Amino acid sequence: MTTTTDSTAYPDLTRLTAVQMADALAAGEFTSVELTQAHLDRIERLNPALNAFLLVDAEGALATAANVDEARAAGEELPRLAGVPIAVKDIACTRGLTTTAGSRMLEHFVPPYDATIVTKLREARMPILGKTNMDEFAMGSSTEHSAYGPTRNPWDLERIPGGSGGGSSAAVAGFLAPLAIGSDTGGSIRQPAAVTGTVGAKPTYGGVSRYGIIALASSLDQIGPCARTVADAALLHEVLGGHDPMDSTSIDAPVPPVVAAATGTRDLTGLRVGVVREIGGEGFQEGVQARFEESLDHLRALGAEIVEVSCPHFTYAMAAYYLILPSEASSNLARYDAMRYGLRVEPDGSPSAEQVMASSRDAGFGDEVKRRIILGTYALSSGYYDAYYGQAQKVRTLIARDFAAAFEQADVLVSPTAPTTAFRIGDKLDDPMSMYLNDIATIPANLAGVPGMSIPSGLAEEDGLPVGIQILAPAMEDQRMYAVGAALEARLTEAQGGFVIERLPEVPERAPAAAPHTRSDETEEARA
Amino acid sequence: MTATTGGSAAATEFLTVPFDEVLTRYEPVMGLEVHVELSTATKMFCGCAQSFGAEPNTRTCPVCLGLPGALPVVNATAVESAIRIGLALNCQIAQWCRFARKNYFYPDMPKNFQTSQYDEPIAFNGYMDVEIPAEDGEGVETFRIEIERAHMEEDTGKSTHVGGATGRIHGADYSVVDYNRAGIPLIEIVTKPITGAGSRAPEVAKAYVSALRDLMKALDVSDVRMEQGSMRCDANVSLMPIGAEVFGTRTETKNVNSLRSVERAVRYEITRHAAILDAGDKIVQETRHWHEDTGITTSGRPKSDADDYRYFPEPDLVPVAPSREDVERLRATLPENPAVRRRRLQGDWGFTDLEMRDVVNAGAVDVIEETVAAGASPAAARKWWSGDLARRANAQGVAVTELGVTPAHIAELDALVSGGRLNDSMARQVVEGVVAGEGTPTEVADARGLELVQDDGALQAAVDKVIEGNAGVVEKIRGGKVQAVGALIGQVMKEMRGQADAARARELILSTLGVEG
Amino acid sequence: MSNLSRDDVAHVAMLARIELEEHELDTLAGQLDQIVDWVGQVNEVAAADVPPMSHPLPLVNVTRPDEVRPSLSAEQALANAPDPEDGRFGVPRILDEE
Repeated sequence: MTTTTDSTAYPDLTRLTAVQMADALAAGEFTSVELTQAHLDRIERLNPALNAFLLVDAEGALATAANVDEARAAGEELPRLAGVPIAVKDIACTRGLTTTAGSRMLEHFVPPYDATIVTKLREARMPILGKTNMDEFAMGSSTEHSAYGPTRNPWDLERIPGGSGGGSSAAVAGFLAPLAIGSDTGGSIRQPAAVTGTVGAKPTYGGVSRYGIIALASSLDQIGPCARTVADAALLHEVLGGHDPMDSTSIDAPVPPVVAAATGTRDLTGLRVGVVREIGGEGFQEGVQARFEESLDHLRALGAEIVEVSCPHFTYAMAAYYLILPSEASSNLARYDAMRYGLRVEPDGSPSAEQVMASSRDAGFGDEVKRRIILGTYALSSGYYDAYYGQAQKVRTLIARDFAAAFEQADVLVSPTAPTTAFRIGDKLDDPMSMYLNDIATIPANLAGVPGMSIPSGLAEEDGLPVGIQILAPAMEDQRMYAVGAALEARLTEAQGGFVIERLPEVPERAPAAAPHTRSDETEEARA
Repeated sequence: MTATTGGSAAATEFLTVPFDEVLTRYEPVMGLEVHVELSTATKMFCGCAQSFGAEPNTRTCPVCLGLPGALPVVNATAVESAIRIGLALNCQIAQWCRFARKNYFYPDMPKNFQTSQYDEPIAFNGYMDVEIPAEDGEGVETFRIEIERAHMEEDTGKSTHVGGATGRIHGADYSVVDYNRAGIPLIEIVTKPITGAGSRAPEVAKAYVSALRDLMKALDVSDVRMEQGSMRCDANVSLMPIGAEVFGTRTETKNVNSLRSVERAVRYEITRHAAILDAGDKIVQETRHWHEDTGITTSGRPKSDADDYRYFPEPDLVPVAPSREDVERLRATLPENPAVRRRRLQGDWGFTDLEMRDVVNAGAVDVIEETVAAGASPAAARKWWSGDLARRANAQGVAVTELGVTPAHIAELDALVSGGRLNDSMARQVVEGVVAGEGTPTEVADARGLELVQDDGALQAAVDKVIEGNAGVVEKIRGGKVQAVGALIGQVMKEMRGQADAARARELILSTLGVEG
Repeated sequence: MSNLSRDDVAHVAMLARIELEEHELDTLAGQLDQIVDWVGQVNEVAAADVPPMSHPLPLVNVTRPDEVRPSLSAEQALANAPDPEDGRFGVPRILDEE
């Protein structure tokens, strides 16, 4: 049943966009098995260097692909992305497939159920290539905090791919997968997209079900698409979105018309684009700032009006976030106690359950996780609640009010997504504070629950690495950021002679030797 | 228990002073926390069925096992039950309230936090009037218990301790956990401090829990089986010198699981506190365990720094904001208050206070009401349900309604007796047959051939035979000792294999002997 | 804002059931002291009359009908258990509390 692909038309299937793949599959130009196999081949070749995937499910992916091909051959009506492979961040529970959240704690955890979004991917009949690496329990901005070794940035193997979803961003940027799932609690979709030259969108809080997503901070976490183009992201967003009765915080309303927005008019005449005074300037890399200014020019050229807005309480967003997140996380991660599942470490003698819990949690959690659990436990503890957690929630209200005021003056807000391009692996590992500051531009959206996306705005002149621009829209107006993102993307592509990601250099098959904090050899063996 | 070795703290486990004497010097203050498991079809936050006695860990899912990624969704019926309970307790119903997380580690708690309402209960500021027998022994006294709040939460799993000498948690080698119970909806009903009960405090505590149980039954929201743990009571007790303004240090006695134990445990703690205070020592604020067998409490664990539950609003759930229309709709479904109803029925049925108390204690109010409705006389219904059937139920350790005997059966039986077909002893045999599943009373009577002999011929023959064989007794009767006829009646009944009307047998004996009855 | 001492960290680690080794305590106490100092800047904001925001969306009354859904089998429930025993979860001896 497989047809031979015209190798001149498609010299490398992995270089296509998801839209092109879907169209070509629908037209019968190649099969899903061929497309999936092409990605599996590339994963086999490059994953040892990138460490983007923690687990590759070749068998499962090919079975889904074959099934789609048969259905298509039988003339069955198929969903738009049927047969287009996808990578899933290891934060989403996949029935029968080990799900670790990047933690030693869950090294052997095999969920008995699928996350709702995984069910949706299966219903969309998308072959799941495997599970992608991440900072442990999504705590981090570099993927260096994975228990299974850091993921490397395809643009430069000595640099981080962002985090926490560095596995997904590296897989998409390195053409190991056309699409991937991300989760964004403070920027974990958008910042990795920015530093890998890809597109990442965090929907409105509640727009995508969290059921089956290993929780970091419940009131901040949101699932979203990672892709190479805005249109690809929109297609995946549409698959993922929608009400889920299993998630009490899920919005009971239709998915915003993101696909229409991403493929509609490129004319932004009359659109008010707000630049947030408090994001940018000091601490932002020169090349990042330059690309951002250039993007503003492009937006003007598209007909948009650029206005400056002030969000005075954004200054306190980081502090509020680093109280709310650890507080919720300290409680969400309490369930990892070695009683029902997960790593159990028994100290010598006849230890009590309490001692086994404490030893297992010491052994199963990495430093960053422990840091945040302890910080959160402290912030919630008796006598400190009002000054820390309670006050952070008030600041959160003020940030939401700042957004409301800003969206009176502007239809969307823009900023650089991250203050710098990808930094070197190991550079910030021992300085948690400077690591945290990476998310300065992305965090306010999580606190307020508004949607945000990052699209590539070009390469920084000083280091030749990708830079991202963030577009924020009001809650439940996700389509606005897609419309602006698609228009800007088209304009940039035209001006720069192609998508940013097309300038990705050849990815070496071997990682540079002796990169700091790497344990990938050992873990590859352990998990392969 | 373990307190045979020295140390004054251990010794005070046994040192108590006479209860009545304590009350001349101290005022007891109680706070009662009652947990009621709701009898919803599913758990509080997931769709797992709740069923008592299911195979271990067959009623769990990712949510109630606390698996990574699982999220709770509130059971709508549990919220309605909570509101109805609140209304029945004369509480205000919150316009807007939330769940919180109570964080602490324990192996039977899957998430290591309990999802519970903390400072925003669904119902608050209520009261319940309970009745205790008046001190002079005549009538009842009403005592008002103020309700602080009633809030929703979830139950934990159940640990079984393996190894060790006692099977108790102390000294066990390890434990095994069944999470079937984890996540079952609980309503916790908390009283305000109960003062002014004086020496009646233990009785008031028992009467309150009993009244609460009746109320839950009337609302049909819980099985309220204390022996199965679907209703559990924690009793806080403290003493203050009479005339003092400030409450003393309290202890919390956990899991007091029968009405009788509530009374005993409160009484025990009052005397124990008094002994400690009298000795000039201080009460340690701690939880205590009640021992049903020995009737004492023992030290659990003291309150400590580790009791920092780090409550915060549950971010995986949204607020509960019952509309006033919904609250009124639920108010309209409230049953008659059980105490009011009992007084009404007692009047209708003409029962004495003592009779009514037996009926209530037998848990037979509802079933008598149904039996009367089915046509039986109140007296007959009472006689059966709080007499013979109550004894049988008690012997089998089941509720009187679980014997397989229906109100219709008893009404039918009463008709058979009052119609003259059965006498009392035959009726008891019929009940035995009904309990044994042999059919309806008429079917049992037919199958067992139970029927009073209506034909005087057979009875006269038996009378003649007995008179002939008992010359001595006959002499006595003829000599004026008419009461001796009883011996002859007994023999006649024996001859008739019980199937005779004893009164008719007496008439025939006396008329045969020519003696005036 | 008072800063976080090594003892505070040890106490909080106990609450969080994490057995920290001595060297971990040293490192963490230093880092956390700095972080706590930094997050404490939320108190620079005058917010006495500002309501706390615990949730991004103003949803209320999300419930499900009281209808039974399938449970996992005991085998599925216990599949990841470190020490299953006879359909139950084996756990080390439990200290007497709660």
